[in-house]
This record gives sequence, structure tokens and C-alpha cells, in this order.
Amino acid sequence: MMKSDLDRRDFLKLAGCGGVVFAAGLASPAYLAAAGRDFHFVQMTDTHWGFAGAPNPEARTTLPRAVAAVNALGRQPEFIMFTGDLTHTTDDPKERRRRMAEFKDIVKELRVKELRFIPGEHDASLDAGEAFKEFFGRTYYTFDHAGIHFIALDNVSDPGAKIGRAQLDWLAADLAQQSKDQPIIVLAHRPLFDLYPDWDWATADGAAALDLLMPYRHVTVFYGHIHQEHHHTTGHIAHHAATSLIFPQPAPGSQPKRTPPVAWNPAAPFKGLGFRDIANGPAPDQPAIREVPLA
Amino acid sequence: MLGRQAIAAVVALATAAAGALTPARAAPEPAVIRISAKKFEYTPAKIVLKKGVPVVLELTAIDRIHGFKMPALGIRSDVLPDQTVRVPLTPDKPGTFVFACDVFCGDGHEDMDGTIVVEE
Ligand SMILES: [Cu+2]
Repeated sequence: MMKSDLDRRDFLKLAGCGGVVFAAGLASPAYLAAAGRDFHFVQMTDTHWGFAGAPNPEARTTLPRAVAAVNALGRQPEFIMFTGDLTHTTDDPKERRRRMAEFKDIVKELRVKELRFIPGEHDASLDAGEAFKEFFGRTYYTFDHAGIHFIALDNVSDPGAKIGRAQLDWLAADLAQQSKDQPIIVLAHRPLFDLYPDWDWATADGAAALDLLMPYRHVTVFYGHIHQEHHHTTGHIAHHAATSLIFPQPAPGSQPKRTPPVAWNPAAPFKGLGFRDIANGPAPDQPAIREVPLA
Repeated sequence: MLGRQAIAAVVALATAAAGALTPARAAPEPAVIRISAKKFEYTPAKIVLKKGVPVVLELTAIDRIHGFKMPALGIRSDVLPDQTVRVPLTPDKPGTFVFACDVFCGDGHEDMDGTIVVEE
């Protein structure tokens, strides 16, 4: 009965006359339909274009190298999601735009043409996202792909790392349209939970967003900001941070302060940098995650 | 009716009583510790306190808005130019606690932090 060509309208019709066969926790048919076709996308994060310094003497070649690595994937992703800190911050609005233009030029070389972006604090916190919007469009939005509802959040345009009332209201309104079984992937720059508050690895009002997401059974969050792989769950919601494409940061609490970052190792250049490939896994809230190192 | 003398006596008594109670009731004024914030540092960046001894942190920014976040001691405040935020603090545990700027302020923001050392 759960055939792959069953669409949502059929499902609702069936559910209406014999809904008991669909046990709570089952995926929505749109997801099951998509699950048959090996869908995957790539997450790239924290490229910090414009950074110069000892933690990455190859800063000018790292992003082009990452683009080449994604282009070399045998099976090309259906889209690529950049989760913020595309550029390294600058006080100069002209220089910020120059960096964004250069970044765009470099990622244009990706074979995959469907690219999506959200800002990090380096892109957006000094001008409330003004330059980012000029180059990349909205800072938060939703889209649907392969039966999954994607929600891209902005927790950086407010320099105090707040999602803010307006965006939370927007999120609540969007979620109200979704069934509780709808597979949802949330994309954000900063962790939505208190990962390590001493280093401000958190979102000031992240708990409010998680409260809104909690009633939904299949929610997965992909984010960046902390420049390292990290996996954590809050309730049934899994949170996965990806490695950066500029320099790794220390594990939370492994040194007294959040700086300095992990030193560049000339014997192992690009170590700790990479991107992430995300495919649909065995269940809607268990995407298959593969970290792809640059080194 | 009370005569003038009687009133004076009552007032004197009340004053004496109040005077006697003052040292026991009112704690001494807590010490004020001024901390200024500017890109990308706090001055002073290291503060030594005694466990159980109350102080007031007075936070002021010089150049722009910054933040002051110290989860270990339950403090979080914006730090604004031309304003002083008073944060009362009675450290209840010894240790070294980091505070950091949590209002993104530019290339160097991640380096903007300091420590409070609480001694027994
Ligand atoms: Cu600051």
C-alpha cells in the first residue's frame, strides 16, 4: 500500500478513510517516495574567504581546493548548502563586498548549480546582513526537496546571536503548515543548543526555536560555526556540526579560551578541513552523513 | 499629652537604638570594580575576588557595543558606550572563570575575553 508513487494527496485521502494503518512515527509518503532515489546534498561551511593568518597559510587556495574536491565526487549532489561565514569579517563595507564577489566567483566553478547560502556572524553581524542580502538573497527561508522540508535559519544578523521575535514567529507559522511526521532538516550557522556557553557556542534564543521544533518527530539540524565535527541530541533532535574550510577550532573546553585555533601543521596541511555529504538514510531522521576531509 | 522634654527623650532613645543596630544590620558597601570594554579587550582582563565577598562590577564600553558573558557565575549583559551597567556579584565558588564578548564586534571578537579568579 505504501507504494513509492503514492503522493501526498492520495495519502491524505487514504488517511481520511483508514488512517489507523499509518502508525505514529512513520514517515510522510513524500519522503518515502523520495527515499527510493538516492538523494544527497553537500554541506560546506566556514570558508572565511578573505582570512589571512598563520592558522591557514593556504587560505587563498583552500576554497578552490574544496570546490575541486566537490566537483570530483563521482555522484554529484543535488544541491550544495553553505552554512555561513562564507567570508571573513572586515570593518570596511567595500572590502566585505569585494570578498563576497570573489567568493561567488570561486563557487561558480562548482559543477552543481543549485547553491544555497545562509550567513555567519562574519558575513552579517556588522551590517545586519545588508551586504549578504545584496549578494545571496534572503538570510532565512524554507524550501522543499525530495520530500524533505528544509528550514534555513539566521542566528547571526543580530550581533547578539539572536534569531529574534520576527523570525521565530515566521518559523512557528511555517511549522504550523507541516504534519508532525514531516521530515525536517534545519540549517543554521551557530548551534541552536548551548554547546559550550563559556565560549559563546550557543544561540541566545536557540531554545525558543527548539521548543517550536520539538513536536515534530523527524528533525535534524546541520550547522557550522565551531569549525569541527560535533554530534549532539536535544530530546529526539540531532545536531551535527561540520568541519570548516579554513582552520579547525579546539574541542569545547580543551583549552582555557576559545582562541587560539588549532595550529596549521605543515607536515599535514589542510588537516581537519573538509565538507560533508548528506544522503537519505534508513529513516527520515537518520540521514546518512559522510565527512569528506580535504587532506 | 507628652511634654517637650518627653518627646526629646523618646527621639534620643530611638536614635540610640538605631545607632546601636546599624553596624549589625547594614553590610559595608561592596567594592566597585570598573571594567572597560573596547575592540578587542577588557581592562582589566584579570580580576581577583574573594569567595563570599560581594562586589559590584561596573561595565562600560569605549568604542561600540560589546557583551559580557560569564555563564559560570550567571552573568550576561550588553556593555554600551557612555553608559555604566552595574552588576552585583557575590562569587559562591572558588576557581578561574572566563568571561567573553558575545556581541560580535569584528575581526578579533573571538579574542575578546578575560578571567575572574575567585580565591577561597
Ligand atoms: Cu566585543
